[in-house]
Amino acid sequence: MFRAASRSVRATKLRSKTLVGPSRMFSVSAMRAEEPQLNSLSTFTEEENMFRDSVKRFAVDVVGPKVREMDEKESMDPIVIQGLFEQGLMGIETSAEHGGAEASFTSAIIAIEELAKIDPSVSVMCDVHNTLVNTILRKYGTKEQQDKWLPLLSNSKLGSFCLSEPVSGSDAFALQTRATKDGDHWVINGSKMWITNSYEAEIFLIFANIDPSKGYKGITCFIATRDMGVQIAKKEEKLGIRASSTCTLNFDDLRIPAENIIGGEGKGYKLAIEILNEGRIGIAAQMLGLAQGAFDKAVPYTYQRTQFGQPIGTFQGMQFQIAEAAVELETARLLTYNAARRKEEGRSFTKEAAMAKYWASNVAQRVSGSAIEWCGGVGFTRETGIEKFWRDSKIGAIYEGTSNIQLQTIAKFIQQEYS
Amino acid sequence: MGPSAVRLLNIFVPIKRAVDYAVKIRVNPEQTGIDLNVKHSMNPFDEIAVEEAVRIRERLKDAVKSIKVVTIGPPKSAETLRTALAMGADSAIHVEIPESAPAPEPLGVAKTLRALIERQKEGVDVVIMGKQAIDDDAGQTGQMLAGLLGWSQATFASKVVVDPEQKVANVTREIDGGLEELRCKLPVIITTDLRLNEPRYASLPNIMKAKKKPVEKLTTAELGIDLTPRLETIKVTEPPKRVGGGKVANVDELLAKLKEAGITGKHA
Repeated sequence: MFRAASRSVRATKLRSKTLVGPSRMFSVSAMRAEEPQLNSLSTFTEEENMFRDSVKRFAVDVVGPKVREMDEKESMDPIVIQGLFEQGLMGIETSAEHGGAEASFTSAIIAIEELAKIDPSVSVMCDVHNTLVNTILRKYGTKEQQDKWLPLLSNSKLGSFCLSEPVSGSDAFALQTRATKDGDHWVINGSKMWITNSYEAEIFLIFANIDPSKGYKGITCFIATRDMGVQIAKKEEKLGIRASSTCTLNFDDLRIPAENIIGGEGKGYKLAIEILNEGRIGIAAQMLGLAQGAFDKAVPYTYQRTQFGQPIGTFQGMQFQIAEAAVELETARLLTYNAARRKEEGRSFTKEAAMAKYWASNVAQRVSGSAIEWCGGVGFTRETGIEKFWRDSKIGAIYEGTSNIQLQTIAKFIQQEYS
Repeated sequence: MGPSAVRLLNIFVPIKRAVDYAVKIRVNPEQTGIDLNVKHSMNPFDEIAVEEAVRIRERLKDAVKSIKVVTIGPPKSAETLRTALAMGADSAIHVEIPESAPAPEPLGVAKTLRALIERQKEGVDVVIMGKQAIDDDAGQTGQMLAGLLGWSQATFASKVVVDPEQKVANVTREIDGGLEELRCKLPVIITTDLRLNEPRYASLPNIMKAKKKPVEKLTTAELGIDLTPRLETIKVTEPPKRVGGGKVANVDELLAKLKEAGITGKHA
């Protein structure tokens, strides 16, 4: 890992010549006569490495001591949220003009991973805010909308992405929330369910149908603030990521100005599909960080705990299990970072993102489960925080596209390629 | 504002790239030193120094003209400079030495720093640096530099208040007997102790801004300095492994064991 870090310094000197603006496009075009820059997935820019170190320290020092309490109380500490904003972690890809860091997509993935190593709840808060809410505004917002909303999102206001409903999860576009025109306003009625960040959020991206006769082509994305009348109803009591708020929202004649439509009328479907593709890589990063965090906590213990006269981690049976877990971690890591770099390169990445999310959530379950068993009784008690990773991992196979949906997506690509 | 023009302060912060504090150190197979193929980061006391410089600027605002960080090290030390720039320094100087060169010794470092300080056209008013580096724990460079320059020095600082109008720095030092307060005329060398402050994390926007801050590259030849070591390390070994202790049943047994071990107090 450390040799890779030194390699990255050299790589930076070469890479910086090919960087084009904030979008971090690496020139790997086959049409150029020059050789493309070939790097392993262990190579990061100097900024990305510095950023990783900075987030790691923040996660360990500020978030770490609060993890257990936040989990037991099922509540996100405001100091953690404030810290995320102060560190610039809530506007990672946003332009400097709008208060962001203008960093690469991979930088966001790095932040999500590092936060998840300490607390997957905090990680998902950062992930949804960056890869869903910020990105929608950056990609589909008008200049006026970007100027208005992005600085708020970069500096202090938490965002929330409201798509799912009691009647529509995987079948997202069967949503029932309606928007009716009333002069220069739209009136929204309906409810959303399973909405991350909603308890603390002040800015909401709400998907509603403005013309049910058009089916999914009526779905439109609206941006609203809490004080417009968004009602936060039931907060779910969950198995895992308990500190991350998951609430039901109700809209009872919620009035939103027409200028708050993002991406245009009837464009909500396309917008949501595209954004969720990117968000998938974010969840993959969260699950990867979770698995790594569980591994990093459990394995040192196995070299300290002795039974039958030797550290339990040196028994061959344990060594094989630990090695297998390490292999799985590496596979999840490579899938996640490759999907991220493909996106930065402008390559298609939908299939790879689905693979990364599906696989990382899978690996997270197994590795975190093994981590508990390696630590025996100590792994089973809540005090050490190892069992928390296992509880947190279950959601990985469910939200932002269930594992079955991911497999279906991957299968469709294969069918296209092979038939 | 006083009747005489107050010169704006130029703060100079030497930093060192050292083995990260969390690394488990191992002696290399040749027994000539420790395994350096491990994670490195900015010496923690130097981080405190950079943080203090940034805080002085936050307190005095426009009275601080510049915060310049400097390091003497191989190419990789550039990362450490970038971290300092991301924390709030304005510009940096990298005195680059080859990767294979031996680690500079405190006197060599102090001489290099003196040469750099004397080169600064706008002068230097306050030098803040770590009291020691966690790899060699020498704790000499700051004091040597003050001696070479003939400047005031206040080491092991736990509190620093700079008064640009009076041209003094009031420094509280941690000493064996407690705390000592010194009033030092500028220019001054201050070395930082652990309790001076808690360094900030470099936020992502500042990391990105740091890319644009200037880094001047120099060689020791250009400065007329010879960093050849004056000490030769003959051997480095690990301390002997701790042997387990034993339990004793009562005080008499304890005394007997102590006598056995050769620890006989005549008045025991």
